[in-house]
Amino acid sequence: MNRFWPFLIFAALAALLYVSLGRDTRDVPSPLVGKAAPVFTLPQLQDPAQKFASADMKGKVWLLNVWASWCGACKQEHPVLMALSKQNILPIIGMDYKDKPAAGLGVLNSEGNPYTLTIVDADGKVGFDFGVYGVPESYLIDKQGMIRYKLTGVITPENWQSTLLPLIKELQAK
Amino acid sequence: MRKLLFALLCCLPLLAYGGEAKDIADDPVMEKRMMTLAEKVRCLVCQSESVAGSHSDWSEDVRKIMREKMKAGATDQQIMDMLVERFGKSVLFDPPVDKETAPLWAAPFVLLALGGAVMLYQLRRRKTEVPDTKLSAEEAKRADDLLDKS
Repeated sequence: MNRFWPFLIFAALAALLYVSLGRDTRDVPSPLVGKAAPVFTLPQLQDPAQKFASADMKGKVWLLNVWASWCGACKQEHPVLMALSKQNILPIIGMDYKDKPAAGLGVLNSEGNPYTLTIVDADGKVGFDFGVYGVPESYLIDKQGMIRYKLTGVITPENWQSTLLPLIKELQAK
Repeated sequence: MRKLLFALLCCLPLLAYGGEAKDIADDPVMEKRMMTLAEKVRCLVCQSESVAGSHSDWSEDVRKIMREKMKAGATDQQIMDMLVERFGKSVLFDPPVDKETAPLWAAPFVLLALGGAVMLYQLRRRKTEVPDTKLSAEEAKRADDLLDKS
């Protein structure tokens, strides 16, 4: 047994390092999960005179998708969102983050609009309150206005099926 | 014509002016205080850089918000708390020791103790386990023969 000790220690270290290698260090866990979402009111992209308040969504489970016309990964995410919007699972509110409204509108007009409603966070203040640091990001918010999940990065059919959809169903049933 | 062209060419380096000072606020004292604080904050987009040293858009925003909060009279601690509230403890380069970060802080000492224990064990075993084997005359001769042959 004694001669196996070094081997065991090596194996434990190797396992630790291997697991750490596979982790995405950019994916910082959000401290806001399980807390009330920031309360905000922002103008809508299509009609800036119209305002959207986060309080309007009380009683609904909804997804806040942070995107921008300058964001490359958002183009990858866009077709996935288009497909999801057709299924009418939950309201998807798009937040055009630190973007020129005209540029954001241009994307929706040419590529299609997957959002129930789109708001403009031109100076990124509301995004900052949500802890946005990379786009795209998505926040799943429950009926009471609590953030239940944060996804940093692109929504894919895989993470939708494995993580987001089961959680949405669970929250909607509550 | 040629002279004019030459004069224009001489002006060309002026275009290289980078506008470095863009970020500096009107109040140098506050700017210094902000930068000292920003040194302690991790840029989440470029993780090994601090918000003070990073040119990323996100860091620029954080510096802007820090300035605004300082102007509004917030203390350093209040600003740090605000950042941690939104982005978690990983924005701090020097995270506090608490329940969540304890394993992180303890890990080097645990590893050191583990390594030390293994080394002590090995050293002790070495002391006890090396009895000199005396060879009989016959054995010694055989060993010599074997060594010569090879």
